[in-house]
Parts: sequence; C-alpha cells; structure tokens
Amino acid sequence: MKVLVTVKEVAAVEDEFQIDGTAIDEAYLEYDLNEWDDYAIEEGVQISESVDDVEVVSVTIGPERSEETIRMALAKGADRAIRVWDDSLEGAELLDVEAKTDILAAVVEEEQPDLVLSGVQADDDGFGATGVSLADEVGFEWAAVVNDLDLDVDEGVASVHRELEGGVEELTDVELPAVLTIQTGINEPRYASLRGIRQAQRKEIAPMTLDDLGLGAEVADSDLDIVDMYEPESESDAVIFEGSAEDSAGELAAVLRDGGVGQ
Amino acid sequence: MSDVLAVAEHRRGELRDVSYELVTVGSQLADATGGDLHVAVVSGDVDRYAEELDVEGVDTIHTVEDGEEFNHDVYAQVVEQLYDAVDPQVLLTPNSVNGLDYGPAVANALDLTYVSDAVDVELEGSTLTATREMYGGKVETTTEVEADAVAVSIRSAEWPATEAAGDAVVESFDATIDESAVKSTVTGFEEVGGGDVDITEADVLVSVGRGIEEEENLDLVRDLADALDATLSSSRPIVDNGWLPKNRQVGQSGKVVTPEFYIAIGISGAVQHVAGMKGAENIVAINTDPNAPIFDIADYGIVDDLFDVVPALIEEFEG
Ligand SMILES: Cc1cc2nc3c(=O)[nH]c(=O)nc-3n(C[C@H](O)[C@H](O)[C@H](O)COP(=O)(O)OP(=O)(O)OC[C@H]3O[C@@H](n4cnc5c(N)ncnc54)[C@H](O)[C@@H]3O)c2cc1C
Repeated sequence: MKVLVTVKEVAAVEDEFQIDGTAIDEAYLEYDLNEWDDYAIEEGVQISESVDDVEVVSVTIGPERSEETIRMALAKGADRAIRVWDDSLEGAELLDVEAKTDILAAVVEEEQPDLVLSGVQADDDGFGATGVSLADEVGFEWAAVVNDLDLDVDEGVASVHRELEGGVEELTDVELPAVLTIQTGINEPRYASLRGIRQAQRKEIAPMTLDDLGLGAEVADSDLDIVDMYEPESESDAVIFEGSAEDSAGELAAVLRDGGVGQ
Repeated sequence: MSDVLAVAEHRRGELRDVSYELVTVGSQLADATGGDLHVAVVSGDVDRYAEELDVEGVDTIHTVEDGEEFNHDVYAQVVEQLYDAVDPQVLLTPNSVNGLDYGPAVANALDLTYVSDAVDVELEGSTLTATREMYGGKVETTTEVEADAVAVSIRSAEWPATEAAGDAVVESFDATIDESAVKSTVTGFEEVGGGDVDITEADVLVSVGRGIEEEENLDLVRDLADALDATLSSSRPIVDNGWLPKNRQVGQSGKVVTPEFYIAIGISGAVQHVAGMKGAENIVAINTDPNAPIFDIADYGIVDDLFDVVPALIEEFEG
C-alpha cells in the first residue's frame, strides 16, 4: 500500500514586519513545515509502522529552499520525497487551489497511492481546500478535518472522525482510495531523531518539473489576483498598560479587583 | 447568469447561524448584479428549513430531500445539478467544516475559481473582490477574480444574520443522485468534552496558549488561576499537545464561553479561537506581539513577556 503525504513549507511572519507591495517583505519571513502537515506525516508514518508493506511518499510544491522542510518528513520516517518546481511557478504570486490541484493530481496519477494525507489548511494562505479539490480531480473519495483515523486495509475502508464545530465529531466510513485532510491533535508528531536526520540525507528527493508531469506552464496562471495587502486596521479600544511588568501587572490587578476577581 | 446561489447549512435538526449570514451576503451580491438570490437547503426536514429560511432578500428556496444529515457525496452532486439549473454568477457556501468538505469539490467539478474564507465580498460588474486574511490574521488581502465562474466560502460571524420575514418562492428540486458515487457513510455523531470541569460555567477564565512553550510552565498559569479563584482553559495547541484535556479548549471546535473576565495569556487570537471567547464581558490579553489579533478584541492588554507579567500578577494577589 502506498500513502502519499502532501507537505508545504509555509512562511511565518515575525512580530514586526513590513509589506512590500502585495507581499510581506522577505526579510520578515521565516520558513517552516506547515503545522497541519506535520500531523499528516506522523499519521502516514504510524500507518507504515502498523501495516505491512506500506510506502510513505511525501510530495511538496516548492523551490529548492523547501528541501530543508521536506527532509524533515524524511527524517520522521517518510520513505522518499518528490519536489515539484518550475521556472513558471517562480514568478507566480499565488498558487491558487486550482494550480495546486492540477499539480498534485499529476503526481497522484504518477504514483497511484491508495491514500493521500494532507493538512486541513496551510498556515500562510489559509485556503483549506486543496485536499478536497484534489480528491474530486482524481476521482478519489475524501474526508475533510479528520481527527481520528482507523484504517481497515483489507476492506479498503477508512473509518474517520471529522471534527465539526462546537465539540461534535462526525463518524464516517470512507472507501479507499481517498484523500483525508488531517486536523492537528490526531496524533503526537514525533521529533526527528538524530538517526532519522542522518538517514534522511541518504533518502531520495526527486525533483520534478511541470514538463515531467505532463503539465504546461499555464498551470501557474492564477485566476486570483491579489491587488492589495495591508495590516488590518485595529478596531481595538483596549486599555494597554505600559511600564515594567510589575507596574502593568499592578494596574491590571486593580482592574480585576474592581471587577470582583480574587476576593 | 446574474443570480446568486447560496447553500444553507444545518446540523442535527437545526439550521446553523451561518445560513442567515449567507443570505445577508447573498442578497448584497444579488443587489449588485440585479439578479435573484437562490437559497438551497439539502437533506433533513427541508420544508421546515425552507419556512425558517424565508427571510428578507431571498427570492427562491430550493428544497432537496435526500437523507437526514449532511453527506458530502450527496451535497456535491446536488449542488452541481442546482448550479447547472440556476446558472448563477456566484456560488456561496459556508466556510464551515462541512462547507470545506464539499465546496472545493464542487468548485473543481464545475471549473469555478474557489475563494475560501472570505471576510468581505463585493461585486462590480464581472469582477468579484474578496477580502481574505493571510498568515494567521496578521495581514488582510484584497483579492480580485472574474466573477462569472466563482465559488466563495464565507467566514461565519462576519456578516449580520438576516432575520426579517420574506416572501420567497419554495420549489422542490429533484436531484438525480448517482448512488454508486456515494462512497462515504456517516455512521453517527459523538460529543466530546465532559470531564472534570465545565468551563462554560466559569465567571473568570485564565486561558493559556502556545506562548507558554513547555508543559512544566503550565504550573505558572495554574498558580495564577488559583490566586484569582479562576478556572483554567486554553487554546487548541495546548490540548493538541495533551497538556490539558479537550474539555478545557475554547474555540470553534472547543467550547463557547462567556465569562466576566477572560484572561488570554500567550494566545494570538486566531479566528477559530476567537469564535469561542468573543462573548466574554471583559477580555484581557497578555502577549509579547503588539500586533497579535487578540488585541483587536481585548478590553485590557499588556504587551510583555508572560513569564514576567504572570509572576508579578500572582504576587499582586498573594503577596
Ligand atoms: C478547523 C479548525 C478548528 C480549530 N479550532 C480551534 C479551537 O477550537 N480553539 C483554538 O484555540 N484553536 C483552534 N484552531 C487552531 C487555530 O487556528 C490556531 O492555530 C490556535 O488557536 C493558535 O493557538 P495559540 O494562540 O495558543 O498559538 P499561536 O497562534 O502560536 O500564538 C501564540 C502567541 O503567544 C505569544 N507569545 C509567545 N511567547 C510569549 C511570551 N513569552 N509571553 C507572552 N506572549 C507570548 C505569541 O506572540 C503569539 O501571539 C482551529 C483550527 C482549524 C483549522
């Protein structure tokens, strides 16, 4: 059985930052593995540890820099990785859901996995849609926002919990092949061990271009056009206590006491 | 072609608030196009839902009887068929957990550009402008898209709910469901939570987020909760890490709380967290990042390191 895990390197913004046109100035960005994808990798690796003959392949769309991130997936136990990049993606301001769907669908065609795990959303652009869109494109079944997975490989069924709003979970049986979008908390992502990190150096990260996947450069053309980016205007009318920690704590304590707290 | 189609949401016998918010957005867009607002309601007690959804601005309500509860395979097929029948300019879905379970599939199947989690939408001619957040709410973007083939999912609680009575036409829609394409089965529901305390009952909540860094450091906020005679709650990462039980989680997928004081310590104020605590009477935020979204809804704030402020605060009450 083959499990394909989609991972994304996401940018986190420092506390203080500047916007340059319609993007955040590079100097204020730090790159890391998308939080939700970390749980997806862990889930894939746990499946490979509990079921015989499972290959875990991780795929990312990203420039060379993102090899650092995908190597984390390898260090945690993925068997090999694919990194899709292309000059035509370089210039794209935003890869929309459609572009990611087309690229990942081509990888699914190539790899023929039984199960695709992706994160519920990416921390940076927050679309929350690629997994389900991909499922439709490749004709797989799917489930979004999965926080519990019980796989019956013989029956070809994934029994999942979908975490709805308000502390309610939906229990659903999904036929394989399927795409599941993984919610945080489904497992406890492991830290990469030193041994794992060393082994990851020897594992394959196959670079692929759009051409390799039989796709044209037009895949990168986004229908979405970001025309403005700005810091949201604060509607805050909060009273901010300034000064040393002791001073501000003292002022806050007075407010709390006035409100009857701690008495 | 100039119409708007919005898909209502219900769960376990009740329409969810976002359905009425969809009407508000939908009727604004329909005003801009000069077209009609169509609302679809699929599965469950559709006739009752249709009655309830007959609010101002809705022109036509399409009821589709099919099963009791949400099943994305059914929803995807129904919405695709309705889209073809209505031929709208814009398709609106909720950016809810269920909305995210069929919206992207429908958009892909119909070749619509998908814009998720919009907090504002405007339409001028054939251009739709959506406002979206990026980087966990640190920035907002204005995004434009050609609007003759677009699906937008809208964030809940960003628009007021439309409540005034309407005079919509109710039509039952006969969708043809290909049963062989229904490959998922909802087998039940489960409530999570319960446990040692009910944080929804607390008057004062000391709530801790990822800023606390290590499990051992939770003792610090526990001490503060003790000193204030308050109850301890948290944001999601604390529960994900297994440091506190699920019944302590505040937010969209946790509990909705309305205490007199909500003291958010090392919590950024992500939208899914805010969904659970914005109704608190007084919100206090302690955070090193002056731009953290939590300050937008806070009544009192301290921009400083929690490891300095919290001990000082404990000292104030115990010293
Ligand atoms: C479908 C879905 C459902 C979700 N449901 C929920 C939910 O119910 N509840 C929920 O909370 N989240 C939920 N989330 C997750 C949510 O998106 C955020 O990831 C989460 O709320 C972030 O938690 P946080 O604020 O503790 O962490 P972060 O966003 O990492 O924020 C930590 C904050 O701590 C501050 N900080 C760091 N160090 C210090 C210090 N020394 N002193 C003071 N401040 C410091 C930082 O400046 C930062 O603002 C959900 C997400 C999804 C996709």
